[in-house]
Amino acid sequence: MIPRIYIPGDSGALALGAEKVAKAIASELAERGIEAKIVRNGSRGAYFLEPMVEVATAKGRVAYGPVKPSDVKSLFDSGFLTGGHHKRWLGAPDKIPFLAKQTRLTFARCGINDPLSLDAYKSLGGLKGLQNAVAMAPADVVKQVTESGLRGRGGAGFPTGIKWKTVLDATADKKYIVCNADEGDSATFADRMIMEGDPFVLIEGMAIAGVATGATKGFVYIRSEYPHAVAMMNRAVEVARKAGVLGLNVLGSPNAFDMEIRVGAGAYVCGEETSLLNSLEGKRGVVRAKPPLPAIQGLFGKPTVINNVISLASVPIIMDKGAAFYKDFGMGRSRGTIPIQIAGNVKNGGLFEAAFGMTLGEIVDDIGGGTATGRPVKAVQVGGPLGAYFPRALFNTPFDYEAFAAKDGLIGHAGITVFDDTADMLKQARFAMEFCAIESCGKCTPCRIGSTRGVETIDKIAGGIEPEKNIALVTDLCNTMKFGSLCALGGFTPYPVMSALTHFRDDFKPAPVAEAAE
Amino acid sequence: MTMQAASTEIASRTAAIIHEMKGLEGPLLPILHGIQEEFGHVPQASLPVIAEALNISNAEVHGVVTFYHDYRSHPAGRHVLKVCQAEACQSMGSDAVAAKLQQLLGIGFHETTRDGSVTLEPVYCLGLCACAPSAMLDGQVIGRLDDEKLEEIVAEARS
Repeated sequence: MIPRIYIPGDSGALALGAEKVAKAIASELAERGIEAKIVRNGSRGAYFLEPMVEVATAKGRVAYGPVKPSDVKSLFDSGFLTGGHHKRWLGAPDKIPFLAKQTRLTFARCGINDPLSLDAYKSLGGLKGLQNAVAMAPADVVKQVTESGLRGRGGAGFPTGIKWKTVLDATADKKYIVCNADEGDSATFADRMIMEGDPFVLIEGMAIAGVATGATKGFVYIRSEYPHAVAMMNRAVEVARKAGVLGLNVLGSPNAFDMEIRVGAGAYVCGEETSLLNSLEGKRGVVRAKPPLPAIQGLFGKPTVINNVISLASVPIIMDKGAAFYKDFGMGRSRGTIPIQIAGNVKNGGLFEAAFGMTLGEIVDDIGGGTATGRPVKAVQVGGPLGAYFPRALFNTPFDYEAFAAKDGLIGHAGITVFDDTADMLKQARFAMEFCAIESCGKCTPCRIGSTRGVETIDKIAGGIEPEKNIALVTDLCNTMKFGSLCALGGFTPYPVMSALTHFRDDFKPAPVAEAAE
Repeated sequence: MTMQAASTEIASRTAAIIHEMKGLEGPLLPILHGIQEEFGHVPQASLPVIAEALNISNAEVHGVVTFYHDYRSHPAGRHVLKVCQAEACQSMGSDAVAAKLQQLLGIGFHETTRDGSVTLEPVYCLGLCACAPSAMLDGQVIGRLDDEKLEEIVAEARS
């Protein structure tokens, strides 16, 4: 058997030098006259171990990481092609604690094989969900998704099945499935990972959505900051078309469904569903007032399912194993699993898919291993730039939509940014306002003007100008933005600002004057 | 080339791109991406050609072009260096990374070095949040930036 070496082609792995490692391995193979096949897989998501190189041996996969180009010679000397020991040896990848502790449903295949091999996809259970869906009545597919308890993974947490039912029940000459892959929140990379590491699961999820609602056309709107994901999705769609997964007869059924990949143009607000629809139509990405709901009048005025990447990518396993299987994971009204993205100043950063219900403390301390700098954790921001900053005192909060809402936070797209004790929370609050000002679409006043006034007022607090009065003013402004904005950009910017103010009040005190300290 | 000839040439190259994309549903963004790829920016002379072809007003095209951060009104340097300034990178010192790059290149954000080699831009998230701080030089992603890597990037971009 020719040895197989797996070297991730995922952006995160590439950012850590995977390309140089691949080149070093290829030239070492040539130099030693060894014949081997190099497979460029996705990432399994343990970024603290990337670039993680795997070798298929008679006893299964053996992983090594993080591999530097300078390690390659000694890896060969240690016989890594047969799993030999080396200082980078990690053993079987699925036994690595960070990966072994996960419950991988949506990401079950991500990072294991060549993302563009449909055979590899099928060998690990791919397309079973779609096969089941095409054999069922559309209403039954919608019912399965509804019963699974799946809620929108983009952040809003709206039940996916209910959205689908609205589109199924709407009558129109054309319906659309739109996948929101405008993953602009800092600390999130789950969408990117799945598009780069297991693109067929998203394609399958979209095809199921099409079959379930009677939509025949799908769009994936990917942000321009993700060139690798765009390239991978385009290639995967081609493969799926050739194999009859997409086209006039999906898997040989009478259902037609095809899709197109579209690229954004650097506007954060286009992650908001109605502004994304405007952008797809070729307009300014301004937010639309709701109603009408996109499910009734969405893209080009037609009934449209608009779902996040992870929501759609979670559907195939539901249609494969059944609603009850999926629903069995989780807590309360948060069912199934959620890919938690542990990022920022953290020792073991990466993607951790788990059933809802783990506490924030378990995620940050036990899984994440604390900060990368080794200093104490001061705050973690959950849910991206519009998410709240949580202090250690709230680390017992379980990962659940309702539990986070009860603590004036949100889980959003499940990204967690860890900050050590050098973080200045006034600066973070100011950034939240500044970011909102940069990215506001300008349609509604609280967001467009409130964010700029917010930056100015926080600057006054920082400068020690009437701090109490200005803190009260920021609080009042946040209240106006929260309840008066048209969408989550203006409406949720108060979360990071108010949580910083509430939990880290000391950072908003005027800097001590030098003389007073002596 | 006279200005008029230049603008005629832009118009004909623009028309070719439009011709290729016009059949798409909602073709404006793909057309603008195509134009930016062709010219390195979206030239003013392209706008009326697009408006005419899509049967929309010049104002509408202008409104769309100026809404999105990606579309440039002037060409960038030979390389574009985007440095992430979002929260996950902030937690790993992206402020210092930006300051160091500005010092090494002698320019601020949204500026191009005098030799035309590099344009420096902030970006709000590259999805490399577990490999912070991060940057992207043209299409090439780089994580866990440190002084050594920054100097390498600058040397590569300047070459």
